[in-house]
Amino acid sequence: MSLMNDNVNRRGLDAFDWCFLGVILAIISMGILSIYSVSNTDTSAFPVYWKQTTWMGVGLVAFMVAAGIDYHRLVRWSYILYGLGLLLLILVVIMGKSSRGSQRWIPIGPFMMQPSEFIKIPLILTLAAYYGTTSRLGWIKRIIIPSLIVLPGFLLILKQPDLGSSLGFLSIFILILLTVGMKSKAFGFMILAGLMLFPFAWGGVWGSLHSYQQDRILSFVDPSSDPGGKGYHGLQSRIAIGSGQLLGKGLHGGTQTQFKFLPEGHTDFVFAVYAEEWGFLGSVALLTLYIILFLMGLEIASKTKDVMGSLLAVGVVAMIGFGVIVNIAMTSGLAPIVGIPLPLMSYGGSAMVVNLTGLGLLLNVKRRRLSLI
Amino acid sequence: MLDSSRQANELADIQSRLLFIKIGLLMILVLLGLRLWQLQIRDGPHYQELARDNRTRTVALEPARGLLYDRNGLLLANNIPSFQLYVSLEDVPDRDHLISQLPRFIEIDEESLAGKLAKKGRRERVKIKGNVTLKEAAIVESHRLDLPGVFIQPEYQRHYPLGTYASHVIGYVGEISETQLKDPEYADLQAGRIIGQFGVERTFDEELLGEPGQEIIEVDALGYPKRSLSVNRPIAGDDFYLTLDIRLQQLADDLLGEESGSIVALDPWNGDILALASRPGFNPNDLSGGISQKEWNQLLQDSRHPLTNRAIQGQYPPGSTFKIVMASALLDTQTMGAQDSMSCNGVFPFGKRQFRDWKKWGHGTVDLKKALAESCDVYFYKAGNQLGIDSIARYSRQFGLGEKTGIPLPSERSGLVPSPEWKTKAKGEPWYPGETISISIGQGYLTATPLQMARVAGVVATKGKLAQPRLIKARRLRATGNMQEYPDSPIRQLPIPAHIFSTIQEGLAAVVTEGTAKRAQSELVSIAGKTGTAQVVALKIDPQEDVPKKHQDHAWFVAFAPVEHPKIAVAVLVEHMGHGGSAAAPLAKTLIEAFMHFHEPQRPSTPRQSSLDNAQLFG
Repeated sequence: MSLMNDNVNRRGLDAFDWCFLGVILAIISMGILSIYSVSNTDTSAFPVYWKQTTWMGVGLVAFMVAAGIDYHRLVRWSYILYGLGLLLLILVVIMGKSSRGSQRWIPIGPFMMQPSEFIKIPLILTLAAYYGTTSRLGWIKRIIIPSLIVLPGFLLILKQPDLGSSLGFLSIFILILLTVGMKSKAFGFMILAGLMLFPFAWGGVWGSLHSYQQDRILSFVDPSSDPGGKGYHGLQSRIAIGSGQLLGKGLHGGTQTQFKFLPEGHTDFVFAVYAEEWGFLGSVALLTLYIILFLMGLEIASKTKDVMGSLLAVGVVAMIGFGVIVNIAMTSGLAPIVGIPLPLMSYGGSAMVVNLTGLGLLLNVKRRRLSLI
Repeated sequence: MLDSSRQANELADIQSRLLFIKIGLLMILVLLGLRLWQLQIRDGPHYQELARDNRTRTVALEPARGLLYDRNGLLLANNIPSFQLYVSLEDVPDRDHLISQLPRFIEIDEESLAGKLAKKGRRERVKIKGNVTLKEAAIVESHRLDLPGVFIQPEYQRHYPLGTYASHVIGYVGEISETQLKDPEYADLQAGRIIGQFGVERTFDEELLGEPGQEIIEVDALGYPKRSLSVNRPIAGDDFYLTLDIRLQQLADDLLGEESGSIVALDPWNGDILALASRPGFNPNDLSGGISQKEWNQLLQDSRHPLTNRAIQGQYPPGSTFKIVMASALLDTQTMGAQDSMSCNGVFPFGKRQFRDWKKWGHGTVDLKKALAESCDVYFYKAGNQLGIDSIARYSRQFGLGEKTGIPLPSERSGLVPSPEWKTKAKGEPWYPGETISISIGQGYLTATPLQMARVAGVVATKGKLAQPRLIKARRLRATGNMQEYPDSPIRQLPIPAHIFSTIQEGLAAVVTEGTAKRAQSELVSIAGKTGTAQVVALKIDPQEDVPKKHQDHAWFVAFAPVEHPKIAVAVLVEHMGHGGSAAAPLAKTLIEAFMHFHEPQRPSTPRQSSLDNAQLFG
């Protein structure tokens, strides 16, 4: 097998791979362009768009490494890596740097590392490794044990508090669980029970609260969130996107962001900046690029010849897909504002490196599948 | 590892499920695309308009200021709605035009208007006038077209239902000043915010303020609100329950009446301030309603200083009330025993000077009890001479004199316990031994505030406990609605044995039963106290009838009651009213009787009622 792997490695990139990489780079470039557009007043020696470009470079190195080493070898380290990730999350709780009321960062030299991002990769590897080597029989093995693996990470991120990231963490598990399939009976029972209990839980407890009480509870879980989506950010973001109309206002033309109506234009609201300046056509182009990326990822998952690789691919698609869907829904006023960055677009070193590592793993899976033919 | 057939089986299964995931993902992303179509194409022109005209205005929503109550839950300060006049500069086409037009409609002079609008940014909202009358509000509303950008906003106005009562404790609020804006303490506040400027309102301003909310509104071309786009409600400030018993406070204020002075009543065991009166006072409603510069200057220049809280800022020579401290020092240092007696012939010769007793022919044979009861000066001249200034200063400090009590009110003064070191430093002169003799009867450089003297009475009442004054009993947190009791005050135990205080208590009881404060004697409750007379003019030659009032002495009386189980300590100071026994002691008696009445309601109230009525007449 290793001989055949070497064989594969020497073959270099094929058309699919180049297309894959091209889509990724196109999305990142759109992000850097938008960051450049809102930070043109940043006169520091190392402006934020250069930082993001640098992170892209670092991320591409991680991409190559993740694509290069056979994932069958990588998953052997998955549990250890996941354990390390949990340790880092505990460290955040103990000593993390507070950013707007919640602790999410660990200072490493001059950089701030966000462990809640980094632990996603070990989570995907661990779940792939677990389901790839475990029998499908028995609901304890299928649901309870993996739930116990996921739970500590989920709770530690929620504790920071970072509602958005903890849901993102959970979404990876849920999509993998859906893919690997519970027994149809168990699956059906869970959905049925959920549907039956939901109205009671919703109507009896949550629904009886006033909206501002609900907001207050959600704000308590994560103070930087804007659960109603009706605050200043939500409105200004919708105005920014909407006023872009069909063709957009062009580079530096976005009045909403240029005049600082919409803060955080380079991070969580980068999509609003992009949509204001490049209009509906630009937004649809970006959405199409993401769709292509996801379809390619799922294509890799379905063409793979082992369960482990398939689930690895699904996990990566879930990680990036959740970010894209929630972020765009949030900036366009469809979802509560919970502080999820847009993958590959928003400024942020941790997220950039993690997302590119994940995409590297996708390519890794794709390139090894031939080895089994 | 799994066997290959199982593996293949599972893969087929996974592949079929992946199809559904693919479809689901596509559907969600198409949905997002539709949402973008809705925002950018269908409603695009609307949002374009909002963005282009900046038709959204962000309006800060003032939070309701926390309420103030007395210890029994009686309301001391609340908020009532009032109209405020604002200008939204974004909607003002011509600023100079506005400055010339607005005074035609409302009462405001052009100069102050120009001053308020000067150096303001293009997008700012400026509060022009608070507490606009209904008539002015109606005029502005009906001239919308002439006054683009001008609008009326209802906001809370602070209201003090009790008027001038307890005005120095409660304080008042006012717009944040230019100087305060530069102060880091107020760094997070915007111009135009109403903040506490005096009293409790100021000390606990941060907690009382609450958190402002924000409303985003869509406005029309004249800047008038069309509809609300989003609301973030303000959070009201926390409520405070003061330790004051407002019934006692009102009585204390009334007892002083038109005179200048102060009455302090506290619980000696825990330092709870029950009443802290200072007259003349002011009406915080006037000050909080936005006062004109002229009225403000009048207040500042008033020769009777109504803005001074005499209870904590008035520094008076304690006069003979200081003999309490002297007597404690005397017994504790064993300079003199309680039974040791001496003879007083009215004069204490010291060097070339003759220190006179207030009683020309002296008190005859005097022991400590009689010296306190009759306030014999010669006894304490001698005592002070033997103790020396350092010892007197040390005991004074033990009783809490010469240092701030730590009451949570702004601008407390510490009084002064003089010492030779202090004099060299402050005056550049040596200490003269004669000054020690003056200090012995509470004159000279020695000064104390009424609050400090009430604590001195409290120390004797509790046999040595000096409590830091507590002014806040509880706080209701608005975020949770929970009541939070305020912590007990720190209490210092004086290193003086209890039996010494018992002796002094006997002496102070005799002051009321047979001494200088017979007018404080009550049929209802046993009172112990000490009178004092603080000289205003340093060298009194002869007491004359026609001394102008501003040169007349201040009357002191400090007391505690009941003697057996003290519950209240009181200090009364009435400026320029002469002797403590006649001017101050009856006020303390009335206050103490009222206090006992409030605490023992089962007793018949007829005799007390009459004595209360007398007191009102006196006031």
